Amino acid sequence: MADHAHSPSDAGHEGHDAHPHVNYWRVYWLLVGLLCVSVIGPMFGVKVVTIITAFGVAAYKAYLVAKNFMHVNLEKPFVTYLLLTVVVFMLLFFAGTAPDVMKREGTRWTKPEWVRAHEEALAHPPAPVTHGEHAPAAH
Amino acid sequence: MSAATRPIANTRSAAGVPTGRLAVWWVVASEVVIFGGLLGSYLMHRLAHDQWSVQAANTNTWIGAFNTLVLLSSSLAAVLGHQAALRGDGPKAARQLYLTMLGGATFVVVKAFEWTHEIHEGFTITSNTFWSFYYTAAGLHALHVIGGVIIMAFVAAEAKKNLELHRVELIGIYWHFVDIVWIFLFPLLYIAK
Repeated sequence: MADHAHSPSDAGHEGHDAHPHVNYWRVYWLLVGLLCVSVIGPMFGVKVVTIITAFGVAAYKAYLVAKNFMHVNLEKPFVTYLLLTVVVFMLLFFAGTAPDVMKREGTRWTKPEWVRAHEEALAHPPAPVTHGEHAPAAH
Repeated sequence: MSAATRPIANTRSAAGVPTGRLAVWWVVASEVVIFGGLLGSYLMHRLAHDQWSVQAANTNTWIGAFNTLVLLSSSLAAVLGHQAALRGDGPKAARQLYLTMLGGATFVVVKAFEWTHEIHEGFTITSNTFWSFYYTAAGLHALHVIGGVIIMAFVAAEAKKNLELHRVELIGIYWHFVDIVWIFLFPLLYIAK
């Protein structure tokens, strides 16, 4: 590799030459605040609050990191399209396979063993494991 | 420095993005598929098996939260390193990368203690499907952290001498992605109980 010192203009930022005027510390403290929300929210034990504070906040935190730290918004638009495309592939994978995993029965197929194990596990939840014991199985 | 002596990754541009950075975006895109497939599989199994909450209750939320804080802080250091590299301040960029590496090392050490405790309690990768997913997802992520720290050591060594400063941004993009993966792993493995 080159053994030459680089000037700032050599830093390889042709895609977004202008330095982003982002207050990184402010973004950081916002992320820390959101982390506190995602930890405290689920403590209320309300499912909707848990989903919003844990997963909704996680999505927003990811957006903040991608926008302000990765500078996705300053890249050429096709980079965003590339990332969105793979996310869509991921969603297609989920939509295509989730019914087989999550449903107990479908057209000309059932999962009697799965249903039996599921109901048994709900009826007799395993006790918390104490030190040294072997962990209970749950499939 | 003449353009002829500058590295290809910094001078050659494909579709308006320097080749090196474009390569990192492709890596990130492929990683989205890898982690997305894994987390998607976990999610569909988790939604289908209510009893997994009993297993998930054994993960330590505070350790997960601490590691999230560590990774967020290391991401801040990485982006401050990028900022320093943009100004042409290689030594400062290197110092920020060392801080980022410290964050990565802290994350891995905490994870090692956490796993040791869990394995000691009897929760191993073969205990049941929840713990299989837990160790696979967190383990794959930890490997990415370790890989990032190793690469960062080389980038920082060059940056300290004011060389190859564009790489500070490249490793930063990768590191922020690793951070984002953990941002989703944390609620999935530690909060949804």
